[in-house]
Amino acid sequence: MHPNLSFEQAPPLAVPLRFFLTAPWFGVAAGLLLVIAGDDAFASRFSPSILAVTHLLTTGFMLQAMCGALLQFIPVATGANVIHLEWLTKFIQPMLTFASLVLAAGFLRMQPMLFTVASVLFLLAGLGFVAIVSLALWQTPGSGMTLLALRGAVIALGVTLLLGAALAMTLAFGVEVPLLAMIEVHLAWGLAGWALLLLAAVSWIVVPMFQLTPAYPPAFSRGFLWLLPGAVLLLSVAALVNSERLLDTSRLILLLIGASHAVLTLNLQRRRRRKLPDVTLNFFRLAMTSLLAFALLGAAALAFPALADLPRYAIGLGVLALVGVFASAICGMLYKIVPFLGWLHLQRLGAPLSAVPNMKGMLAEIAKQRQLALHGLALLLLLVAVIWPGWLRAAGLTLMLSMAALGANLYTAAHRYVRFRDRIRATGSDQE
Amino acid sequence: MSIKALLSADHQQCDERFAQAEAAVASHDWATAASGLRALTRGLEAHFLAEEEILFPAFEQASGMSTGPTAVMRLEHGQIRELLEALDQALAAKEDEAFAGAVETLLILLQQHNQKEENILYPMCDRLLDPDSLAGALRQRLEADGND
Repeated sequence: MHPNLSFEQAPPLAVPLRFFLTAPWFGVAAGLLLVIAGDDAFASRFSPSILAVTHLLTTGFMLQAMCGALLQFIPVATGANVIHLEWLTKFIQPMLTFASLVLAAGFLRMQPMLFTVASVLFLLAGLGFVAIVSLALWQTPGSGMTLLALRGAVIALGVTLLLGAALAMTLAFGVEVPLLAMIEVHLAWGLAGWALLLLAAVSWIVVPMFQLTPAYPPAFSRGFLWLLPGAVLLLSVAALVNSERLLDTSRLILLLIGASHAVLTLNLQRRRRRKLPDVTLNFFRLAMTSLLAFALLGAAALAFPALADLPRYAIGLGVLALVGVFASAICGMLYKIVPFLGWLHLQRLGAPLSAVPNMKGMLAEIAKQRQLALHGLALLLLLVAVIWPGWLRAAGLTLMLSMAALGANLYTAAHRYVRFRDRIRATGSDQE
Repeated sequence: MSIKALLSADHQQCDERFAQAEAAVASHDWATAASGLRALTRGLEAHFLAEEEILFPAFEQASGMSTGPTAVMRLEHGQIRELLEALDQALAAKEDEAFAGAVETLLILLQQHNQKEENILYPMCDRLLDPDSLAGALRQRLEADGND
């Protein structure tokens, strides 16, 4: 009746795990680059090192983690079945990984050839990913706001990639375009249209689910769902017709949407029925506080335009968005997803429950807490470095350590899964 | 009343019992925890039986799908029952660490299970079946075992 309806925990564990285990090492690379470049990196938002760091964090860390999470999230939230998984593991994930490295090298060397290669790779792999998840998202018999939000986010990812490739070509071949306006449009589609919409859609489900909070009011989600893409479109049109007033209006709408999502989420979490300490809850609070700070800082520049002319103003916004909002939320999500999937897949092997480590057995609480502390410190030091760039090396080093700790934690959980899987299989074959 | 509204509301009642049992263990109030866990187990069991005995057979007959969504839901009911047993054992031994690990796992399993039902299966049931005629039987089944 519905050939595409799947209630299985598709896909196999190896598929999302490949994305999850790769992601943190891009964060490590970003931290390392900050350590190497030192305060020069923060000289301007367009310094080669800051562009490389930004894209290691967005196309490397964030994109890998978000693609992996999306693959896992789609079946549960929409009932859709993602097919052609072998394409994801064989081609798309390795190509995305390589593309991010080439792009970072392109920024550091400013070499046209590297930009061209990165663009082609991103278009093939990124749009390939968009195509594969779109097949699932447009064929499912499911319905609802989460599904609509996921569709919107995936479209926005496609647009972000196209705009990114166009920008890279502009840098490679020196084509005359209004670069600043185009960058802002690329940012709006990437950070708001794709990343924030996906984060919101996931939050509507997981915030009530992890902490037993009241649900997000449907009217809020519905408003968010139309206003956010609407504001991104408005900003694109404003940039196209070069209307400063329309640009400011769309910026203001985006900031208001972000701030209201942050305030609502923090408020729902305050009313949670689960009162136990939880690392993911703290990561989400850090993410939402950063989102609120981002919105306030953004609004401040709309009220006092001189603020935006400060040399490191945009870098401050970038730190809040990438490390504060998205990296925090991603860490929090990964700490729920990876141990749970490990447990679930072991359980499916048919071993008795007592033979399978539960979520806390897959990954110890203390390891997550230590990484949260490192991550919080990295965010703080990066913000300090925005004001006093002398702190940048220390900030970069802390970011590196935090991301390495995340990578090590995820590896530990994956390794534990493999060890128990092999043990269960060996026991099974002994009994045959 | 739609099937989705009725059974989603019951999910929320079970969530409430879950939070109470967990909070009692966290404060080492073992007696309250034990009665909380019993109430949760009873509530979930009533919910599962209402689905397994009334809703799923009706859905399977109307849709012709007996190996699809309902088979996975039944499998997950089994996993949830096993985890409830593990919780019971941890509670009897007053091992709060073991309880915390199992309860965290149960929460995620339960919630993603509920998501699939509320987002996909129940709306399909509402479309395929006659909600009004089923709601009475479902409600009766839930109330038979679910109340303290």
